Amino acid sequence: MFKIFKYSFFDLMRSRWSLIYAAFYFLFTIGLLWLSNDLSKVVISLMNVILILCPLIATMFGVMYYYNSREFVELLLAQPIRRSAIFWGQYFGLAASLSLSLVIGLGVPFAMYGIFQSAEIFNFSILILNGILLSFIFSGVAFFIALRNEQKIRGFGLAIVAWLFFAVIYDGLLLLALMYFRDYPLERLAIGASLFNPIDLSRILILLKLDISALMGYTGAVFQKFMGTGIGMFLSLSVLLLWIVVPGWAIRWVADRKDF
Amino acid sequence: MFIRQRSNKAFLLMLLTLLSLRSYAEGGIIEVCSTCPIQSIKTAIEQADEGDEIRIHSGTYREGTIVVNKSLVLTGLDYPILDGEGAYEILTVTAANVTIQGLHLHNTGNSYLEDRAALRIKRQKNFTIRNNRLTNTFFGIYLEKAGNGIVEGNQIIGLAENEMSSGNAIHAWHCRKIAVKNNLVIGHRDGIYFEFVDSSQVIDNRSERNLRYGLHFMFSNYDSYSCNEFWDNGAGVAVMFSKFIEMTENLFIQNWGRSSYGLLLKEIYDATILDNQFLENTIGINIEGSTRINYLGNRFVRNGWAVKMAGGCLNNNFHQNNFIANTLDLVVSSKINNNSFDGNYWSEYSGYDLNYDGIGDVPYRPVKLFAYILDQTPESIVLLRSLFIDLLNFSEKVSPVFTPADVLDHQPKIDILP
Repeated sequence: MFKIFKYSFFDLMRSRWSLIYAAFYFLFTIGLLWLSNDLSKVVISLMNVILILCPLIATMFGVMYYYNSREFVELLLAQPIRRSAIFWGQYFGLAASLSLSLVIGLGVPFAMYGIFQSAEIFNFSILILNGILLSFIFSGVAFFIALRNEQKIRGFGLAIVAWLFFAVIYDGLLLLALMYFRDYPLERLAIGASLFNPIDLSRILILLKLDISALMGYTGAVFQKFMGTGIGMFLSLSVLLLWIVVPGWAIRWVADRKDF
Repeated sequence: MFIRQRSNKAFLLMLLTLLSLRSYAEGGIIEVCSTCPIQSIKTAIEQADEGDEIRIHSGTYREGTIVVNKSLVLTGLDYPILDGEGAYEILTVTAANVTIQGLHLHNTGNSYLEDRAALRIKRQKNFTIRNNRLTNTFFGIYLEKAGNGIVEGNQIIGLAENEMSSGNAIHAWHCRKIAVKNNLVIGHRDGIYFEFVDSSQVIDNRSERNLRYGLHFMFSNYDSYSCNEFWDNGAGVAVMFSKFIEMTENLFIQNWGRSSYGLLLKEIYDATILDNQFLENTIGINIEGSTRINYLGNRFVRNGWAVKMAGGCLNNNFHQNNFIANTLDLVVSSKINNNSFDGNYWSEYSGYDLNYDGIGDVPYRPVKLFAYILDQTPESIVLLRSLFIDLLNFSEKVSPVFTPADVLDHQPKIDILP
């Protein structure tokens, strides 16, 4: 598995798209830092970008990469290698290369700006961590979708719908539910529902750092416990990790049963 | 006979003059310590004449309630401890012109019947309470119908656990012209409490971790407070049912919690709120039923809600304030608005300035739809900063339906105000 991971990783790192992806983050961050001169504000703006862009790029890249490397996969399948090794190798190669682009694109400008001497270093590392987790989660989801669908168009369509669902529609539905059932105690629903959406989870993880003054204003005891203590951060992180593990196993499950 | 009477009168007059000279001029000094001729503060007060100074050397004095009924100066050397043994009010002042300095008053115990205080001024004028330490007291300094006094440089540190069973650090009731300066008040119900107190000043104090309010005004008029710091109180400052209060250059930091405010205004009129800083409070200013108030040059940084305005607020003018990186800048609950929000800096303003006059060409709409949603369903706070919410806010901004249409900054500043 490690060999295939290495092939995929270096193959992708050499590709033009990884470079463009990293360059985009690099220029964007430099621009923000240059314009605003306030690290915490830059972190907030980047948060919004990362929450939308990381999942989108990871889904698109994931589907694209799967369909493009189809012939290579068929070649590998003819060899005595376990299927899980092939697909996990490819998946981790893709996710790792996306994460590396992200880390370089964001990290270099911030390092040049002197993040290591600033108090924002913790918020910044939370941001980077979220970006990496989201890249892993959504490339996994994309691989799963691509594996299930032989038709490229259908695969791409489903991947975009999946992204749209998690990024926008899910929150809309949640808000509708919250407003419709507002006569009932909804704390558990609100927190529980956000656990099922990785984008919401990463958002909350960042909120816990940036908007804690507002979050503390809510009256519920469950919220207070979730937001006010380390539980919120711990729970969000562990569910995010679960979000990597579950699609990973799903990839293996589908790959093992698929007739190529 | 006639002559003799006169000389008698003259003699009496001379005697009186001498006496009064003695008391109002230099005044004697009485030392109190464990090895001195006088070992008790009570005896010292009994023997003292008006205007004397009683010097209390370090040690622990357990004398129950000490009544200061003459115009004396009580000076502690190296903070002698006056212990209330959990059962007594320690000092009760029933004379004018009393100075109390350098004492350590300790352990009064609680009493709900008498509002027990470590130090009480009772219906007197011209007092000075300076550089004392008060620890573990129910009420700290209690000014009861007092006037023309100074409370300065005291440290009052309590261990309050809940609002019902705790007192205020500095409590003033029916006072006029008092000054509260440079004190440190920690861990009481209210740090400083003013009820029916007029023409008084609160300057340079630091109020921390009090359960209810750092500073609390009730029915008090023509007062001012400035250069104070309020950290982590239930609410920083509450001003209620008062008129003509001036609030300048105070700092309100990290007042976090379910109903925590930096500043709470309730039924107040004609106040000025100038050059204050509100940092990381759950609610910066909470305003209810307050009229003719000017907010100038304040900074609101990273608060949950910078300003929350309930109904019945008329003629509130916000000018030249900085609103920086707050979760929500403004919530106005009433539909009718005659308050003005012109000429502030809003860090979320995204308009342009074509003629470079430093004023944005597009009005800024500080009330977001999400604030309205949050008001209806508080749980939706988990959706804060979500893309969907941003989309909702944007569409509401384009054509306001739920948020008040006339809450606008017509001249938003492009750059942060100094």
